[in-house]
Amino acid sequence: MFSSFMINAWLIGSIVAIVAGVVGFFVVMRGSAFAAHAIPNGAFAGAAGANLLGINPLVGLGVFSLAAALGIAKLSRRGRADAVTALALVMMLALGAAFLSQSTEYEPAIFSLLFGEILGVSTGQLWPVIALGVVCVVAVSVLYRPLLLTSIAPEVAAAKGLRPERLDVIFLVILACATTMTVPVVGALLIFTLMIGPPAAARCFSDRALVAMSLSVIIALLTIWGALACSYTTNWPVGFYVGSYSAASFVIGRLFLAWRRTHGSRRSRASAGAPERVLIGA
Amino acid sequence: MNYLFEPGFFSSSPVHIAVVVGAVSALVSGIVGVFTVMRGQSFAGHALTDVATTGGSGAFFFNFSPLVGFLGAGVLGASAMDLVGVERLRGRDIATGIVLGFATGLAALFLYLDATKNATTGVSQQILFGSIFTLDPTTIPLVVVMSVITLGVLTLIYRPLLLSSISPDLAAARGIRVRVVGVLFMLTLAVAVGLSSIAIGSVLSTALLIGPAATALRVTRNLRAALVVASVLGVVATWLGIVLAYDSFYWFPSSQGLPVSFFIVALIFLGYLLSGLPALRRRTSSPVAAEPTREPVGAAA
Repeated sequence: MFSSFMINAWLIGSIVAIVAGVVGFFVVMRGSAFAAHAIPNGAFAGAAGANLLGINPLVGLGVFSLAAALGIAKLSRRGRADAVTALALVMMLALGAAFLSQSTEYEPAIFSLLFGEILGVSTGQLWPVIALGVVCVVAVSVLYRPLLLTSIAPEVAAAKGLRPERLDVIFLVILACATTMTVPVVGALLIFTLMIGPPAAARCFSDRALVAMSLSVIIALLTIWGALACSYTTNWPVGFYVGSYSAASFVIGRLFLAWRRTHGSRRSRASAGAPERVLIGA
Repeated sequence: MNYLFEPGFFSSSPVHIAVVVGAVSALVSGIVGVFTVMRGQSFAGHALTDVATTGGSGAFFFNFSPLVGFLGAGVLGASAMDLVGVERLRGRDIATGIVLGFATGLAALFLYLDATKNATTGVSQQILFGSIFTLDPTTIPLVVVMSVITLGVLTLIYRPLLLSSISPDLAAARGIRVRVVGVLFMLTLAVAVGLSSIAIGSVLSTALLIGPAATALRVTRNLRAALVVASVLGVVATWLGIVLAYDSFYWFPSSQGLPVSFFIVALIFLGYLLSGLPALRRRTSSPVAAEPTREPVGAAA
């Protein structure tokens, strides 16, 4: 399980989990789950296009996920955000289908773009992932307060002179950045799962932003480590385990919340209601 | 005429099936889509296509009928979303994401098992992107019957659905059980989406559900008009896309055509972009008058 070819998988899995935990926390807080689903799928089209042109897939991934992020941000100002996201998503996927129809790409390559090939990561692939991961985490920590404020209380943020639309764009670009680095390794579909399940679960356990964010990273790490170990022993795809464990962590989180509401002391009962208020920002 | 329709277009039986099934799917998707967009459930509508295709790949593995897989998974997914789904918009978003993530993981497993069990290639691409030209003719009657049922249910709940989409509070005050109506609509959505993703693939299914409806709601504020516009737009885009895809076999020297889903989605996307242009002009000239165009038929609460 810790043989040389698995070392890279453990390393890259951990980096991806940290980035997904941090960025995903804001995905859940800002309610941009759909964008987090759409951008990686758009990136998939970019990889297919780069393949067709014979250029580095990372370039295609970057260009397309950035285009998806900016396109969604731009079009959302003049329409319903969710409908626009859906349209951008299908347009990207259709482009991907068009690229694939022109290339001689064989089936397993498509499968791995969608579902990842974390077990076959080379050391050369490690560096771009680390670099982009650091960029994402630094960007989130620099923008931590404005991001949090615009997510929880847009009116207060606006009163303080913050521009919510501009932060939306910046956040989507961070999302695109996180996507570019992770899609070739964990696949377009997995990264989304990892960005939703663990942060949503973490939110059930704590109503304090920093604690919830740290918890989100920890749960994401546990998810990916457990998935890697199980995938190694059973030979089933990593994606299946990541999907199941993420969903399971969310279910446990919700059960915990329900239990605390009925069995907790008055003090903790009061704070059990708080996550909804503080974190969702009703 | 021959210039537009390449030789053999009218005598090809896959084209006939594609034209019929495509039109039926586009019609139903357009109508269900108007409500989906109005209620702000585009994400759920899209997620259900992925959930349904998971069922499709599962059916492939367990040797069920694909229809059972598609519809069963769709209905299960819709119920799970509703069960987890908090009433709040953002909670619903998360619930959809969780169900979608889990379904995706399952899809990864089924596709992997399918590939190892049957050693077939092209399954994942087929399931994801679908292919309107390789439809089984025996699915036509089934698709038509289920579409009629879907539209029937929608007609039955039309008024309460409309009211609870525009103003849940008002609907509740009038004695409408908003939650029941919501669940009924989710189930209708699941069936409609499952059907269209089995017929035309998951990408096209979302495109036909959201695209024409979002465009229609931008050009008219009248709901009935929006329903008509959405279905017409969907059917026109589908037929034009089929013609273009058929012709595209002759465009490249490699005689490797472009997929029909690409053309249909591109046309729908173009239509949406174009529908934004008049609103853009009006807004710059008189901001007050342009305000309603931004959120037609009441913002999905």
